[in-house]
Amino acid sequence: MATTKSQSPRRKASSQDDGPVAATKTRAKKGPGTSSPSRNGAAPLTLDTETTLDLYRKMNVIRSFEDAAQRGFRQGKIGGYLHLYSGQEAVATGLLSFYQDTDKIITAYRDHAHALLLGSHPNEVMAELYGKGTGLVKGKGGSMHLFDVENGLWGGYGIVGGHIPLGVGMAYALRYQETDGIVQLYLGDGAIHNGAFHEAANLAGLWGRDGMNPTLFILENNNYGMGTSVDRATAMTDLSAKFDSYGIEHEDVDGMDLFAVLEVAERATKRVRETGAPYAIEAMTYRIAPHGAADFLERYRTKEEIAEWRKRDPIGLVEARLLESGVAEATLDEIKTEARAVVDEAVKFAEESPDPALEELYTDVYDEGERG
Amino acid sequence: MPVMTYREALRSAMADEMERDESVVILGEDIGVYGGTHLVTDGLLDRFGPKRVIDTPIAEGGFTGAAIGMAMMGMRPIVEMMTWNFSFQAVDQIIQNAAKVRYFSAGQAGVPMVIRGPNGGGVQLSAQHTHSLEGFYGHFPGLKVVSPVTPHDAKGMMLTAIREPNPVIFLEAGALYGTKGEVPEGEALVPFGKARIAREGTDVTLVGYGRQVNMLLRVADRLAEDEISAEVIDLRSIRPFDEQTLVESVRKTHRAVVVQEQWRWYSVASEVAAIIQEQAFDDLDAPVERVSGAEAPAPYARNLEIAAFPNEQQVIDAVNRVLYR
Repeated sequence: MATTKSQSPRRKASSQDDGPVAATKTRAKKGPGTSSPSRNGAAPLTLDTETTLDLYRKMNVIRSFEDAAQRGFRQGKIGGYLHLYSGQEAVATGLLSFYQDTDKIITAYRDHAHALLLGSHPNEVMAELYGKGTGLVKGKGGSMHLFDVENGLWGGYGIVGGHIPLGVGMAYALRYQETDGIVQLYLGDGAIHNGAFHEAANLAGLWGRDGMNPTLFILENNNYGMGTSVDRATAMTDLSAKFDSYGIEHEDVDGMDLFAVLEVAERATKRVRETGAPYAIEAMTYRIAPHGAADFLERYRTKEEIAEWRKRDPIGLVEARLLESGVAEATLDEIKTEARAVVDEAVKFAEESPDPALEELYTDVYDEGERG
Repeated sequence: MPVMTYREALRSAMADEMERDESVVILGEDIGVYGGTHLVTDGLLDRFGPKRVIDTPIAEGGFTGAAIGMAMMGMRPIVEMMTWNFSFQAVDQIIQNAAKVRYFSAGQAGVPMVIRGPNGGGVQLSAQHTHSLEGFYGHFPGLKVVSPVTPHDAKGMMLTAIREPNPVIFLEAGALYGTKGEVPEGEALVPFGKARIAREGTDVTLVGYGRQVNMLLRVADRLAEDEISAEVIDLRSIRPFDEQTLVESVRKTHRAVVVQEQWRWYSVASEVAAIIQEQAFDDLDAPVERVSGAEAPAPYARNLEIAAFPNEQQVIDAVNRVLYR
C-alpha cells in the first residue's frame, strides 16, 4: 500500500547543508534514479492484460499524436504555441482511468492528452491544432484551449495558474448542485508559485471543510516551468508540501509509472468523491519534449539528463511489464502501428478540412440567447 | 411607487432573484456575517444561508475565479467587489477567463455572472481607492458593462444583470448608496444597451453616466436660468452602447458636452465623441467637448479631490464653448 504523506508531522529545516526538505526528498538532484516506484511505496497493481493493453494503446496514440503535432508545427501548418505531453502520458492516462460522467476536468495548455483520453476524436483535436473549422473549438482556441464539455473537458487555459480558481469554483458547484462529481484539476510545477494557486487552494481547503470542494489537484511536476527548474524557482522545493498551508492532504507518486499512478488515482478519486474535500497528488514526471515546440531545450537541461529520463519512458515501462507478463512483441508492434494509423488519419482529416467560416470571427463573443 | 435607497434597490433585486432562482449565490468579502461594508447585502445571510451568501477571504483573484467556475457549471454567482479598486487583483480572471472563455471554447462554456460594487470617488479615499473603470472594462469584448445612477435603474439593471447569460461588470455609484428614489415593485427589468433621456432639451446635449448625471441635471437647471435648454442623456449602459439615442439627440441639439469622472485619455467620453463625429458630423455646430477627471492619481485633501473631478462650472464653461457664448 502507498503511504500517504499527510500534513503532519511538519518538516522543519534541520541543517543548512541539507536544506529544509532534504530529509524527505532530494528534489534538487531529482532525476530518474530518485523517482523510482519504491520511493512511493506503491504495490504493483494487478491489472488484467486486456486493460493494460488498452492503456498502452492510449499512451501510444498520445505519443504519436504529439510527434505528428511537432511535425506539423515544424512544417508551419500549426501556428501559435504548441505544448507537448510526451513523457508525461502515465499521469493523465492513469488519473483519467477513474473519470466518471459527472466529473469535470480542467487543465492548463498542455492539454492534448486530456482531450484524447476523455474521448475527443483525434481528428477534431488535430484539426483544432491546424486551425480548421472542424476543430474541437471550431479553430477559435487552438492547442491551448481544447474544450469538449460533453466528454468532461472544461479547458484548456493559457495563463499559468489562471485556471486553478475556476476548477475550485467548479467543484463547489458540483456539490451545490448535489452531484457526486469531482473536479480533476491539473497544474504544472510552474503554476504553484503563482498567487492564483495559493488563493484557490485556500478556498478549496476552506470549502472542503464543509464537504463543498471535491477538487483533486494533480500537480504534474516535470521539474521545469518553461526553462526554469524547480530549484531555481523556489527555496521550498518540496512542492506538494505547499498544500499543507491550506489544510489539503497530499501524496507523491512516480508519474512515469502508470501502475503507480493508477493505484494512487483509484484511491484519491474515491476519497475526494466520498468526502467532498480536496486532495492533491504530486506526480513526478518529465517532458521528453521541449516546453513549447519552439523551445531552446538544451540551454536549460543536458542531453544526458534527457537520455536518463528516456530510460524511464512511461510507455517503455508499460511495454516492459507487458512483455514480462507474456504478451508477444508482435502484439505491441501492432498496437503502435494502429496508433500511428489513427494519428495519420487525424493529420489527413486536419489537412483536408476547411478553414473556419469568416462569420465565426464574431460568433460566441456573447451569448445572445434568451434570458433566464 | 415605493421609495427606496440605491442600496435597498440593489439588495431588493438580489433578494428577489435569489428567491426566484436557486442557482443565484453571492460571494465577497464581509458580505455575510458583517452585512457588507456598504450594507448592500445586509440581512441576506440570514435569509439564504452560508451556502448561498459566501464570505470569502481577502483574495479577489481567487474568489472571482472560483465564481467564474461556478458560473461555467450553470450557477449564477454575484461577486461583490468591496470596491472596484480591488478588482485589479482579479483582472486576470475577469478578462482572461470570464470575458473570453465563451469564445475560445466556441460556445461550449458560458459565464452568467455579475461582478458588482462601488465605483468612482468623492469621499477622500485617495489614489489607490479611487477609480472610475467604465472605459477600462468597456474595452473588452465579452463583458457587459453598466453604470446605473437612479435607485430605479439600480434595481432594474441588477435584475437584468443576474438573468444575463454573459459576465456583467456592474459599476455602482458608491457615493449614492443612500440616495432615495421611486422603484417599481416586481419584475421591472431595465434592459442593457438603452440610454435614458434624464431631461429633454433642444440647445445642447449633455452626456454622462453614474453620479455625473445628477451633476448634469443641476447644470441643466442653471442653464435654464440663462434660457439654455439642455438635454441630459444618462448612458446607463457602457457596453452594449446605445448609439441611436445619443445620435438622435445630437441631431436635434447640434452640440454635445460629454462628462466623466474618469481620466480623459482612452476613455468613454473619447468613444462618445468619436461616435458623434462618425454618425452626426454634418449635424454638429461645434466640436464635441469632453470634461474629465484631472490627469493625476486621485488626491486625498478635500480641496484637491474636488478639483480633480468635473464640476458644474467646468461643464457650464464647456457648454458656453460649444454655444460660442
